[in-house]
Parts: sequence; C-alpha cells; structure tokens
Amino acid sequence: MSTSTSLNTEFVKGLWKENPVLASLLGLCPTLAVTNAAMNGLAMGLATTFVLLMSSMMISALRNFIPHQVRIAGYIVIIATFVTVADRFLAAFLPEISATLGPYIPLIVVNCLILGRQEAFSSRNGIGRSLIDSLGMGLGFIFVLVVLGIIREILGSGSIFGFAVMGDWFTPWMVMILPPGAFLTLGLLIALANWYNDPSSLSEIRIKQ
Amino acid sequence: MSKLSLPARMILVLTLITVMSGGILAGWDIYTKPKVAYHREQALKKAIGEVLPAHDSYEVRETDAGTLYIGKRDSIEQPIGIAFMAIGSGFQGQLRIMVGLNPDLTQLTGIKVLEQIETPGLGTKIVIDPSNKENVYWFPDQFKGIQTSPEIVVVKNAKPSTNYEVQGITGATISSIAVANILNAQIATVQSILETSQKVEG
Repeated sequence: MSTSTSLNTEFVKGLWKENPVLASLLGLCPTLAVTNAAMNGLAMGLATTFVLLMSSMMISALRNFIPHQVRIAGYIVIIATFVTVADRFLAAFLPEISATLGPYIPLIVVNCLILGRQEAFSSRNGIGRSLIDSLGMGLGFIFVLVVLGIIREILGSGSIFGFAVMGDWFTPWMVMILPPGAFLTLGLLIALANWYNDPSSLSEIRIKQ
Repeated sequence: MSKLSLPARMILVLTLITVMSGGILAGWDIYTKPKVAYHREQALKKAIGEVLPAHDSYEVRETDAGTLYIGKRDSIEQPIGIAFMAIGSGFQGQLRIMVGLNPDLTQLTGIKVLEQIETPGLGTKIVIDPSNKENVYWFPDQFKGIQTSPEIVVVKNAKPSTNYEVQGITGATISSIAVANILNAQIATVQSILETSQKVEG
C-alpha cells in the first residue's frame, strides 16, 4: 500500500536490515536443522524461496478474493501445495538431495517466514511488489543458511560443500553438526549482526546487583 | 461476488482454492511419478549389486516373505547369494534396507540403507559417516561377514567380541539397534519361508 517505498528498498530490506533469520528470527527450525552442511543449507534455502515466490504470487493475485476470515486457511493450502510441488520435484529430479533433506522439505509449510510474508505483505500489495519483497526475503534466508552451513561444515566436518579444506591436523568438532552447535553458532551470528547494526546496544547490558 | 453472503463466499473461495490445489498436485504427480519410480528402481538395482557378492545376474522370486533377489553367476548352477529388502521403524521414520546373505542365510554379505529419515549427522551415519576419516561407510561395512545366529547384536562402548556383534553409533543408539532389529526380523522370516518351501519340495 505504501507506494512511496521504492522497489529497490522493498528488495534490499530482506537481505540485511529485516533479514528473516537475523532480524525477525523467523524460520529457525529449518535454519538450525539442515545447516550441518553448506549444500543442505543452500538446497533448503532455494526450496523455501521457490515456495515463498510462488505462494506470494498467488496470494497477492487472490488478495481481494479471499475473505478475511478464512485467509489463514487459504494461505496454508496454497503454501502446502507449492511445498508438495517442490518436494516431488526434488524426488523426481534430484533424488540425492531429496534423500538428504527428506523430512525437512514438508516442514517448509510451517516455516513462519512464508506465512509471515503473506500476512504482512503479499495480502496487502500487488503481485510485482510482493514478488520483489519475497525475492529479497528469500535471498536473505539463503544467505544466512549458507553462511551458517559453511561455518558448521568447516568446524564439524572439515569441508565446504563436500570439498575437504581442513588438513589431517584438524579434529572435527562433533558438536557443530549436532543441535547444540547449531544453536551456539546461530546465537553468535544473531548477536554479531545486531552488534554490527547498533554497536551502542552492547553497553545496554546491565548486571543486576 | 459481493451479492453472496459471507458464509457462502468463505465456502466458495476455500472450495475453489482446494480444488485448484488438488488439480495442480494431481497433474504434477502424474508427471513426476514415473521419474520417482525410475529412481527407486535404479537405487534398488544398484543396492542389489552392492550387497551381493560378485554375480552376473539375479533372479527375482516372489515369496510370502516378500521379493527375493537371487544372485547367480553364469558358470555356477547354485546361487551365490540372496538379497531382499528389510523394512521397519527407525528412530524417526521408516528404514528400508537392502540386505545380502550367502545362499544358506547364515552370513551377511552386505547391507545398504536405501531410505531413512534419521537425525542428520547422527542417525544418518547408518548410511554414511563423513566424520570418519578412515572409512565413511564404516557402519554398513561392519555387517559384511556377520553371522546371523543367534542374531545380530549391537554393542555400545566396547568393541565387538563375537562374529555376530556390530559396533553401534555413538549418539545414535536407537538408529543402530533399529537396523539390527529390522535385519533380524526379516532374516528370520525369509529363513522360515525357505525352510518350509524346501520341506514341501522334499
């Protein structure tokens, strides 16, 4: 509705300032679960972005057609449809990735990033703007997943995208491919991002006497 | 549209959305089904090749215990091994394992986990363990040569001491034990079927 915001702003905001993971803390379940390897993070990010774009397009097109009271039910059906399309696509054309990501693809349905964007943006804006917004958010999501995946893969397996980068001297940190490692790394990343955006916020930490 | 009452509009819109969804998915399923089936078939063939000792062909035999794949070498009349699928519950979902044994089902010649949805990085080590520098396939490779009697046993925190024990995966005990349980169950089923059919044939 705010035509004063340029398309460029709508796109760029998803990359950093309103990054779905680092700023809005959305979609943390898949973020934590599949980033034990960079390739898995990338594949999940791409699948999520596909679902985000397609459902944004459809929901934006139908926004004046779906009654307000049944909007969530409608959005979920539409999102679930595209998730299933993505899941079957992987099973048919990329069976190895499908086997690796297995249970996490269907979980894209409940990724609050997607439902969040539909509710906050696509249901209130035209198709073009909605696509731009979704593209920015999707890329921001992929960015975080790949960075997280690379960090966890280097420390947890000594490789990046399957290519060994650490020599024999390195003993992999098992914790990095396990959930605790995911939480630790994500927490540090979010802290770093927030500190980068607002360095003064660090001084606001007060210790109760 | 605006002439319809709100309840009517809600029902109409939701129905249209779900019909559209059903249509898209049905069409997409028709398109992808053959490819998914093809990949499954290829994976099956590859797995049979990996779990059986060297063979030139295999015979597919349907029995009450499921499909048996009997490996044969051209020069020898006797089969050189029998492979079949063992399916059961893992830690998070279904495990589908292809297992190969010698012709009298006393020893395993190999296993391959074809489908699983275990915990990535932990339970998935039953398939491949990238963190093991010596052999990423250490878990499935253990099963080669394992005896089937009394039954396959998973050991934790100790090295296997008998020829029917295998090492469990640290942090993935349930997945490891599930593999052994599924194998034991299906091997027992196939053993009883083959005994029965041999008795029948006299």
